[in-house]
Amino acid sequence: MNAATKNALINIGTWILVLLFFFPVFWMFVNGFKPESVASSINPRIFFDPSTEGYSLAMARGMGGYLRNSVIAASVATVIVIALAVPAAYALAVRKIKSVENALTFLISTRFMPLAAVVLPLFMILKTLDLLDNVVMLAIVYGAVNLPVAVWMIRSFLLEVPFEIVEAARVDGAGLYREMVRVVLPLVMPGIAAAALICFIFSWNEYFLALLLTSAGGRTTPPFLGSFVDGRGQFLAVLSAAATVAALPVIIAGWVAQKQLVRGLSLGAIK
Amino acid sequence: MNGVGSVATMVAVEDDVSVSQQKTRHRAQIKRVRTNRRLLLPAIVFLILLTQIPFLVTIGFSTIRWNLLYPNDVGFTGFDNYASVFSSGDLWPSIIATVLITSLSVVLSVLFGLLFAILLDRKLPGRAIARTLMITPFLLMPAAAALIWKYSMFDTNIGIINWALRMLGLDQVSWSTNYPLWTVVIVLTWQFTPFMMLILLAGLQGQPGEVLEAAKVDGAGTWRTFTWITLPHLRVYVEIGVLLGTVIILQVFDPIAILTKGTGGTKTLAYLLYERAFIGLDVGQAAAYGVVTVILMIVIATITLKTLFKVFMAGGNR
Repeated sequence: MNAATKNALINIGTWILVLLFFFPVFWMFVNGFKPESVASSINPRIFFDPSTEGYSLAMARGMGGYLRNSVIAASVATVIVIALAVPAAYALAVRKIKSVENALTFLISTRFMPLAAVVLPLFMILKTLDLLDNVVMLAIVYGAVNLPVAVWMIRSFLLEVPFEIVEAARVDGAGLYREMVRVVLPLVMPGIAAAALICFIFSWNEYFLALLLTSAGGRTTPPFLGSFVDGRGQFLAVLSAAATVAALPVIIAGWVAQKQLVRGLSLGAIK
Repeated sequence: MNGVGSVATMVAVEDDVSVSQQKTRHRAQIKRVRTNRRLLLPAIVFLILLTQIPFLVTIGFSTIRWNLLYPNDVGFTGFDNYASVFSSGDLWPSIIATVLITSLSVVLSVLFGLLFAILLDRKLPGRAIARTLMITPFLLMPAAAALIWKYSMFDTNIGIINWALRMLGLDQVSWSTNYPLWTVVIVLTWQFTPFMMLILLAGLQGQPGEVLEAAKVDGAGTWRTFTWITLPHLRVYVEIGVLLGTVIILQVFDPIAILTKGTGGTKTLAYLLYERAFIGLDVGQAAAYGVVTVILMIVIATITLKTLFKVFMAGGNR
């Protein structure tokens, strides 16, 4: 076998593996457009009369409201995280601060705490304050969950800013605000974008806290999807349609921002 | 004389300047520390309010007798709740489930991630599309992923896997009943392979070209180059992948809640806690489970953290 054939075979093998790996997502997408009886049939069909029945059924189950809540929860959480993480990361990177490592350890250790251990008193406190089933409150909790990761990420971008630029701005008499907003932040916009993206993805996809802290008016999309587990009868088409709609925003955002994703997921460790 | 005197005054003036400079520098230093605190404080206070204080409350709850069925019988019990946690027999199977699910999923996703990273680091027609398709499972909402696998892949009647087995003339398998642990591990591996692939792909692309070139010139074959140059280079990337993957999968909840509801040896610590806290009615005992779980996770996480710091601090200090 010569090198060219071998190469072609590896290429074909690679594509087969990739398509196999992607298949469940493809199948979800396809099933969403099947009439229910076709989707839930024992023999899978690739050719069928496409229908939007699944989508209209999902909407009829009130999916619009859950999506709206997801948008609020993820956006508010992202805004909170960026607003708090940028100054904190700045203090930990550009301005030298004593015990940087202590602060970083504290931050990341809060991320190690199983959410389940914190959620019980949180549940009780929110219940007393009548803040359960409140989507903004959920967003605030998401903010706390994602803040440490965002600080780590933005700091790693800030560490790459040449310190001389900051010094020069200081010599020119720039105040803290100008030093931060005018000089340094524009240089780390990609890092802030990456942190925002990761925070949005995690908040959009989060299931556990949403399941426990919301019940009706504040409920987001993941627990709505989870409720299909208790469904009876045939529901694969409507489930696939709902899952497609729920997953699409994040999938597209991730596709567009692949580069930021790698850096973000590794907390900034991988450039 | 005049000259000497003027030099002396100049020195004195210079001294004065340096003293006042020092003073201003000192003042600037203090000011800087204060601004740093001011910048850092909101984030720290926010985190303390939402994570540390609830945890302290959990510790408080864990020492009281408080069952929602008997709201009038509330009182201090000391370590009784902990005693019942350790004597219940739930804890040990749960630790085993957690360790098994986490380690199997992490190791398998690193192996598959490495395979795909190597395959997609080559020149391949449509490589950008292949990479984009590959990362999708990681972006897919985990609850959606678990549901899709449960019904359209694993289901005994309408699942594709059993259809394929029937086509091949094999017996069908009731996945979630007979292999609950593996269904969870398969779904987690599927979700985390792209994550590992992305990290390892970055590692492969960061390989110094000259070294590979030199190895080729020296007549090293593909396999030797891979084991002697590529693998050692990838080590740090594998470490990052394993550590981050472990931290995330340790706490994983969605696939267990959706696929098995903790049956068949899949009741991880995170799920056990959920069950105690929100299905059971004993607040005190739930809190004790919470505290014990946190301690167990911290033990696992500390080992992880130590290595994490070695990796991150190497490139991070200025």
